[in-house]
Amino acid sequence: MKPFDYIRADGLDLAAQQLSHNGAMAIAGGTNLIDLMKLQVETPAALIDLNPLPMNQIANEGDGLRIGALASNTAIANHAKVRADYPVLAKAILAGATQQLRNKATMAGNLCQRTRCYYFTNIDQPCNKREPGSGCGAIEGIAKLHGVLGTSNQCIATYPGDMAVALYALDAQIEISGNDGAARTMPLREFHRLPGETPHIDNNLDAGDIITGVTLPAPVGGTQAYRKVRERSSYAFALCSVAAVIAMADGRFTRADLAFGALAHKPWYDHRVGEMLIGEKPSLALFDKAADLLLEDARGFGANDFKIPLARRTLAATLCEATGVEA
Amino acid sequence: MALNINGNSFDLPNDPRTSLLDFIRREAGLTGSKKGCDHGQCGACTVIVNGERINSCLTLAVMHDGCSVTTIEGLGTLAEPSALQKAFVDHDGYQCGYCTPGQICSATAMLDEIKAGMPSDATDDITAAPTLTDEEIRERMSGNLCRCGAYPNIVAAIREVAGEAT
Repeated sequence: MKPFDYIRADGLDLAAQQLSHNGAMAIAGGTNLIDLMKLQVETPAALIDLNPLPMNQIANEGDGLRIGALASNTAIANHAKVRADYPVLAKAILAGATQQLRNKATMAGNLCQRTRCYYFTNIDQPCNKREPGSGCGAIEGIAKLHGVLGTSNQCIATYPGDMAVALYALDAQIEISGNDGAARTMPLREFHRLPGETPHIDNNLDAGDIITGVTLPAPVGGTQAYRKVRERSSYAFALCSVAAVIAMADGRFTRADLAFGALAHKPWYDHRVGEMLIGEKPSLALFDKAADLLLEDARGFGANDFKIPLARRTLAATLCEATGVEA
Repeated sequence: MALNINGNSFDLPNDPRTSLLDFIRREAGLTGSKKGCDHGQCGACTVIVNGERINSCLTLAVMHDGCSVTTIEGLGTLAEPSALQKAFVDHDGYQCGYCTPGQICSATAMLDEIKAGMPSDATDDITAAPTLTDEEIRERMSGNLCRCGAYPNIVAAIREVAGEAT
């Protein structure tokens, strides 16, 4: 690991100033960052440890729920209101990593985790995300974990997490404190970025920005599911995942909020997919049409071609389970 | 600026790069916690910090000012092993033994998690208190790998202690 200065945060404003300096990075749980520092993928000049900041509360806010940036994955998944009213979030968190990692991993850190593309994590390989302009090892290489939606000719990496997929389905908002101290809120669905020509930028945080929390809207009920397909039954990243918040009335969809993991550089939310289901009676033919829309621009890179039919089947299986249609 | 390991206080290291695992092994001289992958994938370094199990390889010692760490050495002794330590011996819950300290630290915290009613990915109804089935044990212990493949006996050891505890 390269040497760095270690600074314990002493107040949000000071931490924001410290984070504005070139080469400074925030650390919270550290389960991703320290791993990447050992690999010398990340070589921060300074680490600003945010843990002393009082940002781990989970509390009612209006009719919804506010989750502090430093709340651990475990605390969130174990929270009574999350388990009762936002079960898709608890299920997605529990489907990821291990208890040891979830005990350390935080809300904000989880949102900011880097891709697990093995060309990104191997400093001997070209990677436009790690080293802009060096090329992409994955596009011409073995691209098994990689994206099939929203890719660019610069980068086909995926956002690897589970929790954020559920938060996209739930239409969470993210709160950010800027380096001028001003707070702003944006839909989480607009937080992560597609790679485009700037794959080294994962999200819409600016230098000195600090995520302070995530808010969930009032509970919407319905049937909530998180289906994760992976190569072993525990402790593996998703090959494809679907977070679904489904409601029905008189045998027809009244709500179908769907988000997809492991298909793109960000959790994938395509409002058209849910909208085409509203008012319709669930059927395998309908689910197939929803998958057609979801995947109309999908493109594989050889080793990940399987993800396109897998996404189709995972969507159908999730909707069958939620609606009682027989697969 | 100090952290507590098994009841003893240690000054935090000067070099912030020191992982908690390296600190435990080198500075505190407690070599029960093992370095397997050093990347949070194998669980051999699992210790209990303020009651929660974590991968000590994926965190920095300097981030643990004021924390209480329990390692395998803090759970029991040869003369007085903990219930899980005894059960792992009784059930042959290992072959080479390298993963065992992490397995036992992990299982110790896991039984507390069950008592606290925490759900897992194997829990059918996440709003209800979990029941510790073998499927639950396997899911909850998935962060601890055993290259010797002693898993059936590890599950048996944990099942026995969990049965006594409930």
